[in-house]
Amino acid sequence: MSEKLPGSIDDTMDLLSEGRYVADRSLATALYLALKLGRPLFLEGEAGVGKTEIAKVLSETLGRKLIRLQCYEGLDVSSAVYEWNYSRQMIDIRIAEAAGEEDRDRLEEDVFSDRFLIKRPLLQALELDINGNPPVLLIDELDRTDEPFEAFLLEILSDFQVTIPETGTVKAEKPPIVIVTSNRTREIHDAIKRRCFYYWVDYPDSARELEILAVKAPDADKELSRQIVAFVQRLRSMDLFKLPGVAETIDWTNALVQLDKIDLDPQTVNDTLGTLLKYQDDIEKVKGSEAANLLEQVKADLAARG
Amino acid sequence: MAAPEDSDNLNGTGQDAAFETTPGMQLLDQFEGSKLLPNIMHFGRILRSTGMPVGPGKILDAVSAVEAVGITSRRDFYWSLHAVFVNRRDQHEIFDQAFHIFWRDPRLLERMLGILMPEIPGEEQGEQQEPPSRRIMEAMSPKEQEGQQEQEEKEPEVEVEATLTASANELLQKMDFEDMSAEEITAAKAAISRMRLSIDEIPMRRFQRSHRINRIDMRATLRAAMRSGGALIPLQYRRRRKQTPPLVILCDISGSMGRYTRMLLHFMHAITNDRDRVHTFLFGTRLTNVTRHLRQKDVDVALECCNDMVEDWSGGTRIGESLKDFNRFWGRRVLGQGAVMILISDGLDRDAGRGLEVEMDRLHKSCRRLVWLNPLLRFDGFEPKSQGIRAILPYVDEFRPVHNLESLTELVEALNRQLSRRQEGMGEWLQAM
Repeated sequence: MSEKLPGSIDDTMDLLSEGRYVADRSLATALYLALKLGRPLFLEGEAGVGKTEIAKVLSETLGRKLIRLQCYEGLDVSSAVYEWNYSRQMIDIRIAEAAGEEDRDRLEEDVFSDRFLIKRPLLQALELDINGNPPVLLIDELDRTDEPFEAFLLEILSDFQVTIPETGTVKAEKPPIVIVTSNRTREIHDAIKRRCFYYWVDYPDSARELEILAVKAPDADKELSRQIVAFVQRLRSMDLFKLPGVAETIDWTNALVQLDKIDLDPQTVNDTLGTLLKYQDDIEKVKGSEAANLLEQVKADLAARG
Repeated sequence: MAAPEDSDNLNGTGQDAAFETTPGMQLLDQFEGSKLLPNIMHFGRILRSTGMPVGPGKILDAVSAVEAVGITSRRDFYWSLHAVFVNRRDQHEIFDQAFHIFWRDPRLLERMLGILMPEIPGEEQGEQQEPPSRRIMEAMSPKEQEGQQEQEEKEPEVEVEATLTASANELLQKMDFEDMSAEEITAAKAAISRMRLSIDEIPMRRFQRSHRINRIDMRATLRAAMRSGGALIPLQYRRRRKQTPPLVILCDISGSMGRYTRMLLHFMHAITNDRDRVHTFLFGTRLTNVTRHLRQKDVDVALECCNDMVEDWSGGTRIGESLKDFNRFWGRRVLGQGAVMILISDGLDRDAGRGLEVEMDRLHKSCRRLVWLNPLLRFDGFEPKSQGIRAILPYVDEFRPVHNLESLTELVEALNRQLSRRQEGMGEWLQAM
């Protein structure tokens, strides 16, 4: 486990493959820049292309703590940054009262001290771990939250600090590694993107996808993997509402391995299509003759290539 | 890498002066003797002139990115600059082309831009060349205007239709908004002032302070308690904040809609500037997103921008194709968070409703409420006979006319009504199917 940050793009590639992540050199470049220059990396792309995975791999290979903030609509400061422990504060006030504490300023200082502060992901991310390393902060699916929260993130992403009105400003000693992901269900404001390095994670090409399968589903038969990749790649060129991502390819392969398949046949494809396509309309469109047709083409292609 | 002698260009406009301040100077010192920094700056400026948001900050970032990666391979250099300059997926193409042309011969692109855009120089010059707008001309001749005002007074009922006496030519030719007279604009503005949509607010998951007894706001309560030294704990309350949902408008601008398009554009402009989270799309034979252009505060500038953007004014309609584009490329991006969708179209489709049903079904499933505004509905004997109309009707929640002020007032009322289930407002129309 290398705990040092990579020193070049090649190192970054090695780091990712160490974490069993097959990446394009372009992604490694963006990631290396983000690590080297201490800026967040903004990953955008369709669902299931491995955006979240990068943060997990980084935390694993660099030996850093992973702090994950899953975004949702209405995400607010009390669940993302910090909250006061109200019941303990109440008790504290009562005790002070019983003890005849008169000094209001001291009481206030006491009640709003670190003891009563419940730290949520963003505040945790500003702290170093036991080894003195900053954590990996994953802000997942930022597009799910609303604009007010986005605006709040600006301070954290540019200066790595949070202002708590009662106590003051908390600033990270060393900035965390920040990965922001978005499925693009809405456009994220430019102000956020400007503070980050941007990368669009696309669907991989056949060769790359085959490589991914070899790493992620090593039990699958080589010939079966080739058929699967060719089939999925063809599906992606079809006019579907939701194209299958890499995650779906891996799921499908695992499903087929569980079913002890070493060769794709129309019946199996029809039965397992649900792991690949997630919309009823899409399944309707592909099921039956279309799937058989695709499979025939795939097999003919593979046979022609030998 | 080619290194051109272009010191003249670097001392150009005012924005570049930012580089002559200290951080820029330091960088210049580091790169002294090399032509890389000027080239990156120059490249950034080229990107800026293509409309990408590249400011001085970005260029500084690019320099530090290149510094961090080092110039060992062209590919790494490409992706380093890519990570800095590209902010959205659609900018990739522009960047890609610019990169390959520029880093082969920096002068080439500049020359090409020079050839393609001869009219780009200073703004003052441009204004001089443009003929003064018709509105200014009208404003300069007071007599004529008085005459117009008299005319207006004679017609107390300003129907939208009355202001839109469209010529047959207009349906065929590209619409010219510049020709809209002051009279029309005044009438339109009067009408539009009442065309505000206040769609019912929905509760958010955020809270705000409340004075009525409600949920207890612990944080505010404690702070209030501290104010009295903890002797008293006055309870503070909070309640859910309310917000209008996002609004998406899809408007048909084909020939058959020609008489309403101009009015509707004003309407959309008013709404876009009235509230946030509005997205506007126009379609005829293809779909155009005009949200950004309609955000211009000045209605003339906004409509001018739209006019330049859209290439299929007053042509045929391909509703199915346009909706398909919308569903594929925009639906998931703009219809989140419980959006209300307004479809403005007469439902007359060149493709005779082919593929329309599937797309309508998808659209209906992706939004909270789908309202169809159809100007044809003004006829009493309107029957849903056209293929297009029959394909759309089963998938809308509300079906309303949009041809005069009265119908628009009703629309606002109808949208304010809280409906407990979808398609409640359809009533007889669904039965008519």
